[in-house]
Amino acid sequence: MNRARIIWRKSLNIVMLSLTGVAAFGVVAVLFLILGYFIYNGGHSLNWAFFTQLPKPTGETGGGMANAIVGSLKLLFLSALFGLPVGLMAGIYLAEFGGKTFAYIIRYTVDLLNGVPSIVIGIFAYALAVQPVKHFSTVAGGFALGIMVIPITVRASEEFLRAIPNSLREGAMALGASKWKTIASVILPAASGGIITGMLLSLARVAGETAPLLFTALGNQYWSPGWSQPTSALPLMIYEYAISAYDDLHRQAWAAGLVLLGLVLLANLGCRLVMNRRGVRGV
Amino acid sequence: MRKFLVSLLALCALTFTAQAQSGTVLLNAAGATFPAPIYLKWFDVYHTAHPNVQINYQAIGSGAGIRQVLAGTVDFGASDGPMTDEQLAQSKVKILHFPTVLGAVVPTYNIPGVTASLNFTQKALAGIYLGQITKWNDPEITKANPGVKLPGDDIVVVHRSDGSGTTYIFTDFLSKVSDEWKSKVGKATSVNWPVGLGGKGNEGVSGLVKQTPDAIGYIELIYALQNNITYGAVQNAAGKFLKADLNGVTAAAAGAVKDMPADFRVSITDAPGAAAYPISSFTWLLIPAQIQDAAKRDAIKAFLKWMMTDGQGYNEGLSYAKLPKPVVVKEMKQLALVQ
Amino acid sequence: MATTATSMDRAVPPEAGPRSFVHRLRHGDEVAHVLTLMFAALILLVTSLLVFILWEKSHLSRAQFGWSFLWTSVWDPVFGHFGALPFIYGTLVTSVVSLAIAVPLGLAAAIFLAELAPRTLSDYIAFLIDLLAAVPSVIYGLFGIFIVVPLMRTTIGPALKHTLGFLPIFSGPNYGVGFLTAGIVLAIMIVPFIISVSREVLLTVPRDQREAAMGLGATRWEATWKVVVPWARTGVMGSIFLALARALGETMAVTMVIGNDPKIVASLFAPGYTIAAVIANEFTEATGDLYLSALIELGLVLFLMTFILNGLARLLILATERGGGRPS
Repeated sequence: MNRARIIWRKSLNIVMLSLTGVAAFGVVAVLFLILGYFIYNGGHSLNWAFFTQLPKPTGETGGGMANAIVGSLKLLFLSALFGLPVGLMAGIYLAEFGGKTFAYIIRYTVDLLNGVPSIVIGIFAYALAVQPVKHFSTVAGGFALGIMVIPITVRASEEFLRAIPNSLREGAMALGASKWKTIASVILPAASGGIITGMLLSLARVAGETAPLLFTALGNQYWSPGWSQPTSALPLMIYEYAISAYDDLHRQAWAAGLVLLGLVLLANLGCRLVMNRRGVRGV
Repeated sequence: MRKFLVSLLALCALTFTAQAQSGTVLLNAAGATFPAPIYLKWFDVYHTAHPNVQINYQAIGSGAGIRQVLAGTVDFGASDGPMTDEQLAQSKVKILHFPTVLGAVVPTYNIPGVTASLNFTQKALAGIYLGQITKWNDPEITKANPGVKLPGDDIVVVHRSDGSGTTYIFTDFLSKVSDEWKSKVGKATSVNWPVGLGGKGNEGVSGLVKQTPDAIGYIELIYALQNNITYGAVQNAAGKFLKADLNGVTAAAAGAVKDMPADFRVSITDAPGAAAYPISSFTWLLIPAQIQDAAKRDAIKAFLKWMMTDGQGYNEGLSYAKLPKPVVVKEMKQLALVQ
Repeated sequence: MATTATSMDRAVPPEAGPRSFVHRLRHGDEVAHVLTLMFAALILLVTSLLVFILWEKSHLSRAQFGWSFLWTSVWDPVFGHFGALPFIYGTLVTSVVSLAIAVPLGLAAAIFLAELAPRTLSDYIAFLIDLLAAVPSVIYGLFGIFIVVPLMRTTIGPALKHTLGFLPIFSGPNYGVGFLTAGIVLAIMIVPFIISVSREVLLTVPRDQREAAMGLGATRWEATWKVVVPWARTGVMGSIFLALARALGETMAVTMVIGNDPKIVASLFAPGYTIAAVIANEFTEATGDLYLSALIELGLVLFLMTFILNGLARLLILATERGGGRPS
């Protein structure tokens, strides 16, 4: 092989390998860029008023997003109520009881549900929870988000339950425990750390969803009492304020974005740290 | 762990399930962004005066307001384009139109280097929105603006992406002044635009225009004022160029008062008269004639009464014109129809 | 089942005959089995109901337009003519643009993380990139409106026009919003998926493949590009399909930066519209049953597109992870 060719191959080697490094750090840089912009722009809009006041009418400055924060919390609560038990139980089924075909169908369906665009879930929730009762409500929004919580919860539950070594199960059975008792008092507690992190991850994901709320929770200027009235939510406010023309609303959108981003990142950071330490990946 | 979860759940249930105090009436309304500034002001003021009535208004567009009223998912709606006969036929309950304020749609623009107020002929506006006039220094525009240096840049047309009463008013005007527009596009809350970018709500359009050089858009007057966007004068039926203001809008309404139809659905665009601003319009609240819930019905009726009297005092502060007195008299009579 | 007597079994005398299902139901295990099975079946029910509702509520539009819905390019609510083509076009164009940006970037980063970086660094960076995947769509939209759109209008657009302006895809006026901007924002959103899955798949390639290649005199890059990556080819393709499926369904970030104009135009600077964006914008205002039905039919089309892609993606990824992935 002549020298020129070798030099070419060697240079190509260095160039391409460096490019891959650039790409990797570039992607990470984008994350920090986004975070930086939000901290910079949203930081000085975060004041006490933001957390405690209601939005002001169009054109007036000031006001806050207190109702949106509470609305988001209520929606998260409902989605947890609807989605987490279903996810956990289904995960237990798949890990502990599942036969071959039915379990396969369930897993496939869960994957399918995971891939459905959130706007389509919004249509579904509108048809089931808004149209029949003729009003927009927090419950409808919680229902939509609850459906989105299920897939991640199922996968996390199943994976962490499977990860528990069989020796624990056998040991419990040898001591005379029935299967369900084994699951309830031995396996579940052992897997609880991972399962809870999976649940938190799924909640963190739906906390930022906007599209399904557009036709279920609708939005609200005021406090939304109870569960059957429309409610405001952080992502809805961000959307509404971002496309408006008022600089004051833009600043508030950045602040809300910072709050949301912070919450989501913190939840993910915490959960993944726990999961990495346990050596399980890929949720 | 279990105890913690149980107490957390209990705390949540207590905090979040705050029962509405007895006597609090919650009303949900949705619709036009055109009058949203004055409506939101009204609902805010009314709520302060009557703390037991809370009216949640979502400005999602006139089209959405009409739809949600028809679907029954809101207590009342708001629209700047009156409902068509087909739409009214779709409703099981009769829907009454209550005019609330008069407003103006203005052409706003953002041309780098141009701070003067431009004059737009009727042909110019139609041409721009038909996509036939593409540059700012087109003769149709320059001839109405001697002395203004207009660049040769391409015009960026902005319109509404959502179903909008503001669109209805604007296309209604264009249909009256341009036969081509009337046959090609028509007037409606949502049309098949020949050209342009879509912004959501008056806020979206004003936002796009503000951020995009060489843009032109149509928005309600107050949005232009509140956002310091330059807006232009429009040529009226008498040939004069008028910049939108309260007098011009009131003049446009003056003619309509005599022939006001019983259901209040009237168009006052391109009104005759030298002082009439050509793109003016009423805007309406869409109230179902039969409201089952007595508390809601009374609250709505009380609000409407307030709106027609004390509420009108807030209009001019936000650059909307007051309802002419004869119209108010007629409306009070219609109020009795709400049962 | 355990043959040792449990406290539950004591209730059933050993001399009783074969136990009926109902009888066995009292046994805690069977209850648990049935209970968890019911919840699992509930998921099945919900998903079927979703498909059913999409199908049923779009029947007006399907009956009226039939298959022509897919290739009509008019969207006219006034005259009741609806066609999905501009939205399918917009959805595909933005997705393709985002892939064109994200795939080289993502694959390169994945190669770096799997092949070159020391394991701990690789894990930390993968961790950070997973965080990007968790950022909500509306946040990207906000970032897009205030950072990317002005950047496109003032810097990127003119630069592209200056150099490549002769190409039809870079012709026409540049507003800042449009297909290209949406594509860029989408690319940032989907690149974490490509990196994450590709990295894992690349890590499964057996060591001996690399070593054999290098033993034959290949440079590090040649070994990677010509041996390792092809080995993991199906898995990497799977990650791309996964990313594509995500891009197709993206709503909020896209609707904030695409310009919302249902037109089919060659230029990437032009405003466009995607299926998800038009549903988000027009759903609450669709007066008339046909209009609403047409929007739901669009939702059905989107659902089918993502369904097929997700299915393909999973199959491909599975094929690499399981069979050792030697491409056929």
